[in-house]
Amino acid sequence: MEPLLALTIGVLVATSVYLMLARNVLRFIFGLILISNAANLTIFTAGRLTEGQPPLVPEGLDAPAVVVANALPQALVLTAIVIGFGLFAFALVLMFRAYSTLGTLYSEDMRLAEPREDRAS
Amino acid sequence: MSAAKTEASASGNGWVGLVPVALAASLFVWFLSFVPQIGAGEVVRLSWDWVPSLGIALSFLFDGLSLTFALLISGIGTLVLLYSNTYLAGHPQYARFALFLTSFMLAMLGLVLADNLIAIFVFWELTTITSYLLIGFGHETYKGRRSALQALFVTGAGALAMLAGFILLGFSMGSFELSEILAQGDALKAHAMYLPILILILAGTFTKSAQFPFHFWLPNAMAAPTPVSAFLHSATMVKGGVYLMARLHPGMAGTDVWFWTLTVAGAFTAVFASFLALRQTDLKQALAYTTLMALGTLTLFLGQTSAYAMTAFAAFLIVHSLYKAGLFLVVGCIDHGTGTREADILGGLARAMPVTAAAAALSALSMAGVPPFLGFIGKELKYAGALEVQAMETVVVGALVLANALMLAVAAVVAYRPFWRPAGGAMPHTPHEAPWPMLAGPVILAVLGAFFGLFPGVLQWALVDPTVAALTGGDLHAKELKLWAGVNMPLILSAVTVALGLAIYAGHRSLRAALIRATDAGPNFDRGWDRFLEGLKALAAWQTRVLQSGQLRSYIFTVFATVLVGLGGTILARGVWQGFPDLSGVTWMNVALMALILIGAIMAAITRSRITAIASLGASGIGVAMIFIAFGAPDVAITQLLVETLVVVLVAYALLRLPQLDRPGERDWRPWDAVLALGVGAVVTVTLLAVLATPFDRRLTTYFETASWPEAFGRNIVNVILVDFRALDTFGEIAVVVIAALSAYALLRTTTDKAAKPATQKDKAS
Repeated sequence: MEPLLALTIGVLVATSVYLMLARNVLRFIFGLILISNAANLTIFTAGRLTEGQPPLVPEGLDAPAVVVANALPQALVLTAIVIGFGLFAFALVLMFRAYSTLGTLYSEDMRLAEPREDRAS
Repeated sequence: MSAAKTEASASGNGWVGLVPVALAASLFVWFLSFVPQIGAGEVVRLSWDWVPSLGIALSFLFDGLSLTFALLISGIGTLVLLYSNTYLAGHPQYARFALFLTSFMLAMLGLVLADNLIAIFVFWELTTITSYLLIGFGHETYKGRRSALQALFVTGAGALAMLAGFILLGFSMGSFELSEILAQGDALKAHAMYLPILILILAGTFTKSAQFPFHFWLPNAMAAPTPVSAFLHSATMVKGGVYLMARLHPGMAGTDVWFWTLTVAGAFTAVFASFLALRQTDLKQALAYTTLMALGTLTLFLGQTSAYAMTAFAAFLIVHSLYKAGLFLVVGCIDHGTGTREADILGGLARAMPVTAAAAALSALSMAGVPPFLGFIGKELKYAGALEVQAMETVVVGALVLANALMLAVAAVVAYRPFWRPAGGAMPHTPHEAPWPMLAGPVILAVLGAFFGLFPGVLQWALVDPTVAALTGGDLHAKELKLWAGVNMPLILSAVTVALGLAIYAGHRSLRAALIRATDAGPNFDRGWDRFLEGLKALAAWQTRVLQSGQLRSYIFTVFATVLVGLGGTILARGVWQGFPDLSGVTWMNVALMALILIGAIMAAITRSRITAIASLGASGIGVAMIFIAFGAPDVAITQLLVETLVVVLVAYALLRLPQLDRPGERDWRPWDAVLALGVGAVVTVTLLAVLATPFDRRLTTYFETASWPEAFGRNIVNVILVDFRALDTFGEIAVVVIAALSAYALLRTTTDKAAKPATQKDKAS
């Protein structure tokens, strides 16, 4: 199963890179969402997969009796999901704000700080 | 510098001026106390550990060569500091000047005494930096700043090459201690790295000692105050390169490449510089070019291995330092007394400045190589050494005769015309004699030149013999320094030199005009330097234009392309790819989940519809959540579902106020981006497969599993990790979310006043 996930992650990364290279910053944000998912899946897969056994300590025992899923990547991914969401929300608002001020969603046209005339000289 | 100079008085600058003089003088006396020991053939070595793990020690070596240099540096340093104290009396920045000059002197002493390659490099760079500060002392003028920067760049670039050479040398020979390296000179000469080492080190010494074609910075360095020129650019700093070649002589000399490089570069520099010296009308510039001639001659002799050549080197090194420093100080006195240094204007100064005139005459006679001065002995030895050159004796002898004749003519221009011939024009000040601290230097140096000429035995025993021993590793004995060696070839050559020199002086005005025409027609290295710097700036501007395009897309492209090349290159170089993975354990449900994720992602990437994009993103995110559920991570799955829902809601809300994804009539299809994206995706997959093929270390997980209940009283291990073992991380995570929320709020709040503004999309063709 892990190799299949590795392939999936590769495709996810490819689509997100393609989206992040787009002219429209809204597409960039779509890419950001996908690449967060790809990163989370990478951490999760690298910690190896165990089907159907959540990392819980049964009542009355000090440690799990059977092999349970790796808890450490799960904890890391939980944190990463939340932070990824924070990043996404901020980027979305920033884009929204940029559109309402600059009137465009195209990164090439957002040239308030570096007007095109400067580059020609 | 005369503009920055104030009227001198004998009072000087108080203790700020006197302390450096005392320091230099006491160092000189200390070095003098080594003379009996070194003269008797001993070598003194002092060493302290510096970076023992790298074999770098702070070690100092006192032998004939280093002691000769140390005495010249501290002795002339004393006189120059005394002189400066009057020359720059009352200068508002004299303290700074004295600090620079004293630091320079100490760095130079460190350079000639150090026995460790790394220590030599450090001191070498210290002399570069302090000389930069000294040349740029008149930093309010463009010329001063430019000259300082030019000297810094040229010598600094050479020093970097030299550092590479030193490191190669240290690793090739297994030691960074020079004395150990030089002891195995034959092994070094036979070593495969000999040639690269030699080229790199010579790059450093040739730039420092201003050998052609790196000569152009030295005359420009004359922008410094005259005492600095006397010290750095005649007696010490420029001799740093010569010193290093002399230091390496026992270990590296004797090969063909050493002989030809040094002989040709030295001889050419000597003749070339002598002609340029005659061309100058500014006395200081004329002396600057004769310094180049002297450096060329010294380099030429270091190319040889005969006893005559080595003795000639040692003698001429001392002679030159004495007369050249003396003459520079004399020029400073003339400048100080008359307000000009133009040879065509100055004249008749002997009456007004008798002491200066006498000192100038003595130094100039030594420079011209007239008996009974030390310069004569030096010249005889040079001819004797040149006659023993391994190849091309006639060319070398001819070059030396020509250079010495020109030298005689320049000596007459500097020390005869201004004092004894009628003035060529009105001088800015009425000439007056300099105060005694400014006369002490020229007089002492001139008298020493005459004294050693009459009693060469003292010099022979104290400095020349030990220096030659150091140069040859003790194999050869120095030839005798004597005024009368009978009628021999060198004496005949001397007679020719004097006749030729007088003839050149007689016709030097018309010769100068011809020289000016000739040099103007030839390539100008100084202007070439400017063009080089302009080219460098143009290159930087071009590179900035290419790399810093101001386009977000090209930055992102560069980042991902770097990932692709770096990761992909490593994969290829290390042979990470292990063939297609085993997919036998895959179930249909797994495949269905993968399909959900992938179709969602691909649809999001290619769709033109905003609604399709949101829906696809949501589907893909839910697919990821279902993987978490399937593989035992219900907590993660819940969070993922919640976040995906919020993402969809937020994007949908934002889209209500945003335009379509594509402008009308446009289509988002970027083949190159697609190629890059597929490449990055492929290297990520291959890397992950390689990671999965490595053995897995579960120790940390096992720790959390066994410690979760007994230590933290939680049965959900993931929760325990988050709120207990890694609680600070979770706190940081919450802080990030709060900051993001606050920033988003701030951004949205400021939007509201401008929201009324019509948000029209600029439809420019892209």
